[in-house]
Amino acid sequence: MPFSVQEPQRSSLSISKSSHLQQLEAESIYIFREVVAECENPVMLYSIGKDSSVLLHLARKAFSPSKLPFPLLHVDTTWKFSEMIEFRGKIAAEYGLDLIVYTNSRGLEQGMNPLTHGSSLWTDVMKTEALKQALEKYRYDAAFGGARRDEEASRAKERVLSFRTSTHRWDPKNQRPELWNIYNTRVRNGESLRAFPLSNWTEIDVWEYIHQEKIPVVPLYFAKERPVVERDDMLIMVDDDRLPLRPGEKPVMRSVRFRTLGCYPLSGAIESTASSLPEIIQEMLGSRNSERQGRLIDHDSVGSMEKKKQEGYF
Amino acid sequence: MPYDSHKIQHEPETACTTSAELGLLRFMTCGSVDDGKSTFIGRLLWDSKLVLDDQLTSLESESKRVGTQQGDIDYALLVDGLQAEREQGITIDVAYRFFSTGKRKFVVADTPGHEQYTRNMATGASTVDLAVLMIDARKGVLTQTKRHSFILSLLGVKHIVLAINKMDLVDYSEEQFDSIQFEYASFRASLEFENVEAIPISALHGDNLLNRSANMPWYEGPTIMSYLETVNIKQDVTARPFRMPVQWVNRPHLDFRGFSGTIVSGAVLPGDSVVVPSSGKTSTVERIVTFDGDVERGVAGQAVTVTLTDEIDVSRGEVLSDPRARPDFADQFEAKLIWMHEEPLFPGRHYLLKMGFQTRTAQVSALKYKVNINTLEHLATKTLELNEVGICNFSLDHPVSFDAYQDNRETGSFILIDRYTNGTIAAGMIDFALRRAHNIHWQSVDIHKAARAKLKGQKPFILWFTGLSGAGKSSIANLVEKKLHSLGHHTYLLDGDNVRHGLNRDLGFTDADRVENIRRVAETAKLMVDAGLIVLVSFISPFRSERQMARTMVEDNEFLEVFIDTPLEVCERRDVKGLYKKARAGEVKNFTGIDSPYERPEHAEVIIDGSKDTAEQAALTIFDELDRKRLLSSD
Repeated sequence: MPFSVQEPQRSSLSISKSSHLQQLEAESIYIFREVVAECENPVMLYSIGKDSSVLLHLARKAFSPSKLPFPLLHVDTTWKFSEMIEFRGKIAAEYGLDLIVYTNSRGLEQGMNPLTHGSSLWTDVMKTEALKQALEKYRYDAAFGGARRDEEASRAKERVLSFRTSTHRWDPKNQRPELWNIYNTRVRNGESLRAFPLSNWTEIDVWEYIHQEKIPVVPLYFAKERPVVERDDMLIMVDDDRLPLRPGEKPVMRSVRFRTLGCYPLSGAIESTASSLPEIIQEMLGSRNSERQGRLIDHDSVGSMEKKKQEGYF
Repeated sequence: MPYDSHKIQHEPETACTTSAELGLLRFMTCGSVDDGKSTFIGRLLWDSKLVLDDQLTSLESESKRVGTQQGDIDYALLVDGLQAEREQGITIDVAYRFFSTGKRKFVVADTPGHEQYTRNMATGASTVDLAVLMIDARKGVLTQTKRHSFILSLLGVKHIVLAINKMDLVDYSEEQFDSIQFEYASFRASLEFENVEAIPISALHGDNLLNRSANMPWYEGPTIMSYLETVNIKQDVTARPFRMPVQWVNRPHLDFRGFSGTIVSGAVLPGDSVVVPSSGKTSTVERIVTFDGDVERGVAGQAVTVTLTDEIDVSRGEVLSDPRARPDFADQFEAKLIWMHEEPLFPGRHYLLKMGFQTRTAQVSALKYKVNINTLEHLATKTLELNEVGICNFSLDHPVSFDAYQDNRETGSFILIDRYTNGTIAAGMIDFALRRAHNIHWQSVDIHKAARAKLKGQKPFILWFTGLSGAGKSSIANLVEKKLHSLGHHTYLLDGDNVRHGLNRDLGFTDADRVENIRRVAETAKLMVDAGLIVLVSFISPFRSERQMARTMVEDNEFLEVFIDTPLEVCERRDVKGLYKKARAGEVKNFTGIDSPYERPEHAEVIIDGSKDTAEQAALTIFDELDRKRLLSSD
């Protein structure tokens, strides 16, 4: 090596005093504090899933010993798993949260349901549109979300702070550069921002953190015998009697769990016996599929997530 | 139990010790479009078995549809995220990828190689510890290699991997590898890297990425992956002076007042004394509070809440510091600036400067030179264009706490924000405080504005006339001054043409000179208001930013913007001075309305329709507004 002035110390693996989870935690807390310090009326989107559970935990850490300085907003489509709703109630009571539940009742009045209208239209009306309605109703200028860059290709390029026009659109060609950790939170009247404190977390990080911090999550993530039907190459859980069975379909008990949670007729289960966190993490490390695979809404068309995001979906 | 966390506690701690204890390495890749950056990252993910089955399925079909490898798998598609760029074959932005091996977690920032390169690369480089610099083995060290190296050095990236790629296309030649290394070594001497590791690879075929290449037995160094897994990148930030910028004041109830923030350097223990640089007041750390209980020692990287033993004044933006090694506290400093916006930098224009949690109004008081990032040559300049790097003196409306960037990345960096678009338009790295900032203080005087105004029996204010050339500004301003004078008021009229004969005779009509023109006249008007005068300013003043700057220089009720709204056609038809004719003929350059923009006021106090109203009518409208605001009464 003619010019290597200083050999890097290869022997030392003491990269830093803090492990990568502590680094990620500190970065997320920083983002929470920054947005709260600079925005007037923030809210946290709470979807009851594992990412939301981690997000909530980090938010409580960020402001302790103060209470959360913002409410939580759940956009409820009325088709969530019943165990999710039960969990939501318990968490809100236990932590004394200011929880707002919003449903696009106009959509329901028009007879929308996820079974006959297809995942795309359903998501558009009951999630994207509902979210816009809620944000406008309560005039939030900043909304925290649990999106991660490792989830999907178009998320990989989204900033930690993502700006939305007054009609909630995202313009991927006009993002502000984010340098160091100096965040520019300024918006004009009517514009808003979405903040993603989990941007640099991966799915494995989320699970390892849940394990390390003993964060409660919805039991649907753990394998259990559950009534399912096989439909369009997916295992759909029969969560209540609203799911009409097709000819020949008969619910059977299988040991399944969920990697992501949403509306139950649109959330595919995976066959698994992982009933504890270490087992889930072990299963993930050996997994050959990405987590959004079980989601109908991402597969509609190539670049579908990008389109949804431009329209205002989280 | 629906969400029983206790169940977790009883599980044997087996699977989770694999990667949770590891640190994080953030790195980036640099190189131009065809150097194979995306292929390199795609291949790393691929070889690390991090491409999952469903992603593989979509990768195969995408490779056939839009791939550049004749239907074979195009690894680059794994990292090119947005649909628009997949179709155009370019990367628009910085993309982040995450992967881990048995030894480390990685975050990769992938930056594109087109014309926005400097901006995107600087953005990526601001958060990484290491950069992989791709060099095409056939081409060697190119101008762009030097450019990338300079930007990395500027942003303070200390560790470089020189990935000499496409070795398969030079027959895996050791001589070629050595000569590129040697060439780079002579160049890097001028840059501040701690170490540079050259590794010969073929990204497309995977040579020396994860596995040692059988084609290059002569190479004995580490593979890319083994190097990334083991390089020690952390300088000992805990050994540096303690700094904790206060991000949020934590006040749950009257008995608790904590300061929440992330420790950016050094360490702190209860009992340590800390100083607040703005006031120079010191106090003692009482507790270091976290959600998980108090800690005995807070170190760099931790997000904590600190309480102090004294009730001293501390607000968001203050930097709690070691009193034995304080940061600078000044309102003037020299900094390197990377300009990131289509509209160029104008010295004298007011921008917002955000540094840590402190936001100030700032202007470039002197643009010393710009750096040609290809040759590192210093060039004289009046502005900075998109992607240019300059060395500037800054002047702020209030002092900030800071360190030199080379001593502390967190407390020495800032961004500039456009006050109208709210866009982030520049990145800055502080070199040092200007000495004069320490020495020039406001001289306090006993006779002040109110006393001077009282003697004149009037309220001082500025009437700022703006509008196109020939709109009628000067005639109206002249008439208004005559009326004010006849009512016994003390006035002064600053007219654009007249001032350009004296104070501003060194200025031309470029955008940069126009900005300076208005800055000087605004400062002059401010002094006159301070002297108790009513000041009429009649300048085209085409830019919103400068009119806003003038407005903020005086108090709220001391500035009235009068927009003489005369359509261009009308002004051109009048053409009192014959200037429109000359501008149309190309004899006068940078003429407002013709080849230089006029930004209409958004919130002018008075708007005059210059195509209809006579000067007399306009003056009456202005007097109505002055009466309404009670500016002409002396009480």
